[in-house]
Amino acid sequence: MQNEIASRAAADARHRAADAAVAKRAVAGRRLIRAASLGLGLVVLAQVLSATDVLPLGLATWRPTLFAYIVWSVALGISQVLIRGEQGKQALFLLPALLFTIAMVIFPTFFGLGIATTDWNLSSLTGVHFDLFGNIATLAGDAFFWNALLNMGYYVLSVLVQYGIAFGLALLLNADIRGRKFFRVAFLLPFMLSPVAISWMIGKSIMEARYGPAATLARMLGWESPAFYGVGWIARASIMTMDAWNWIPFIIILLLAGLQALPGDVAEAARVDGASPWQAFWKITFPLMLPVSVTAIILRIIFELKLADIVINVTAGGPGGATDTVSSFIYREYRDRSSVGYGTMLAEFYLILIIVFVTALLALASRWMRRVS
Amino acid sequence: MGTTIRRSQGGRLARRIGGRTLIYAALSVWAFIALFPIYWTVSTSFKVARDVTGSHIIPWLDFTPKWLGWRSLGLSPETIFQTSTVREEFLLRFFNSVVASGGAALIAVVIGSLAAYGLSRFEYKFGPWRNKDISFFFLSQLILPPVVLALPFLILYKELALLDTKIGLVLIYTLMVLPIVIWIMRDQFNGIPMELEQAAYVDGATTWGAFLRIVLPIALPGMAAAFILAVILCWNEYFFAALLTSTDAKTLPVMVASQTGSQGIDWWTMAALSTAAIAPLVLIGIFLERWIVKGLTAGAIK
Repeated sequence: MQNEIASRAAADARHRAADAAVAKRAVAGRRLIRAASLGLGLVVLAQVLSATDVLPLGLATWRPTLFAYIVWSVALGISQVLIRGEQGKQALFLLPALLFTIAMVIFPTFFGLGIATTDWNLSSLTGVHFDLFGNIATLAGDAFFWNALLNMGYYVLSVLVQYGIAFGLALLLNADIRGRKFFRVAFLLPFMLSPVAISWMIGKSIMEARYGPAATLARMLGWESPAFYGVGWIARASIMTMDAWNWIPFIIILLLAGLQALPGDVAEAARVDGASPWQAFWKITFPLMLPVSVTAIILRIIFELKLADIVINVTAGGPGGATDTVSSFIYREYRDRSSVGYGTMLAEFYLILIIVFVTALLALASRWMRRVS
Repeated sequence: MGTTIRRSQGGRLARRIGGRTLIYAALSVWAFIALFPIYWTVSTSFKVARDVTGSHIIPWLDFTPKWLGWRSLGLSPETIFQTSTVREEFLLRFFNSVVASGGAALIAVVIGSLAAYGLSRFEYKFGPWRNKDISFFFLSQLILPPVVLALPFLILYKELALLDTKIGLVLIYTLMVLPIVIWIMRDQFNGIPMELEQAAYVDGATTWGAFLRIVLPIALPGMAAAFILAVILCWNEYFFAALLTSTDAKTLPVMVASQTGSQGIDWWTMAALSTAAIAPLVLIGIFLERWIVKGLTAGAIK
């Protein structure tokens, strides 16, 4: 009896000691993060003062702030473990990626919003002024920008054609064929090449008007003086062709994986029921493939909205802006006219449009999927 | 009776053979479309002016291969041991591309795998944010077009003295591929049964110990797939590299692009440069096809 009481008291004491240790660690953790935050704040303050020439600290770059942020991030990780123990250790998994992304995205985005309200031009000698409304007015009246936006509509629609071709090829690859490994690798290769390399290999060499094989072929087919970038819609179709060549493998891979995951007995049952391959495809395979298809198309549209490299390197937006994408237009706005302020304004406006568009697309897709299934 | 059956069987067989032929024909046509530009580029790098203007296509039959294009790059047999400024330039750009894509892929796979593991196993709560919101935050970076980040980063890097440095490029490429890596790895970790770690916890393993010793070895193939995909995406990146680098940290795509812009450049030189620039990726595509497919399909196919 007495023994039991004594041991319970000892256990209590141990618990209390452990609790005290935990509490002490938590206090240390809180102190650490407070000190680190204070240090970060001081560094930022010193930088701001130095940058605005209030204090001549002679800080040439903002690197001290960067290093302070890194130190603060490490302190945050340590303090999480000290304060929250096991939960803190679990947070350590997430923190590096989270802190990195926040630093790399949040800051430039807000910074970009700030730049977008100015008339900042790198070649201007008069400095930077607030000019939000001027930028908005220029944007509203910028026919080339709206034209580029319209082109994006065409480019996004071309994704559906790519999807159609890719679906056909995925079905062929999924058929019982010999040499599948060869075909799979051959079909994948265009995806491995950079748009810049494609710009030269196809855009400037194969589709060159005088000596390119595509021009030779077009001449043989009766097009007397082939020019792939002379007329607006032909130029756009040429860009779309190169883009499709580059990206169709991506869609093939997704769809092929989807096809291979389909249960085999479904197709078997359709054949036993006497359905023709055509019927079996539209009644069974295609509906079953809808989720994968929607994923592939949405991913592809998201990537298509970034289209720029091929346009920049092959046509530079020409002729007359017929092939321009929003990204390539803003790229030239910066490269040729150095207008950082207005270019950023365009980019932020485009970002808002993209977010609205993609959100609507996702909502539409999920609603439609629910109705179908 | 018997003859009609035999005839219908014969018809079916004929149709099957016809179908097969069509399938192989269609596959061959697309294989030709996919491979011809690569073949064209490689073969053009061995041409001289008269072969280019005469649109000769098949080596030895149509034209005699010459080392002209490779000589101007300093990579032909007789120039390979001589000093060549063009080759040095090319190797520098090549090295920059290796560092930028390899470094970014490595960092992204390390911090992305950690985050993906955390998101797949633990319950997080940062203010109002739960796991779902954090995952969405990471994935939503995918829709961010480079052009939105490019100009702020230009100014930011100027202030941080990171403009035209490899570190700057590595950082922004890490950001670019991180969402994809997290997407792939979350799928990988979700596929590993949690019982494995629970057994390890019973044996006294810590959270990190169980992760490093039990889960990580199983997830290595997935990490390799994510790494390869990240390297490909970074290697081919042009937009950021064109804006954020100028002399020191310029990568291969920027070099190729700047050469195509100049008017007087010969086709064979351009073809040799393009061939050298795409060669590593074509080899990766041929030998690591399985891994690329694994990376691309993770998460997209349920």
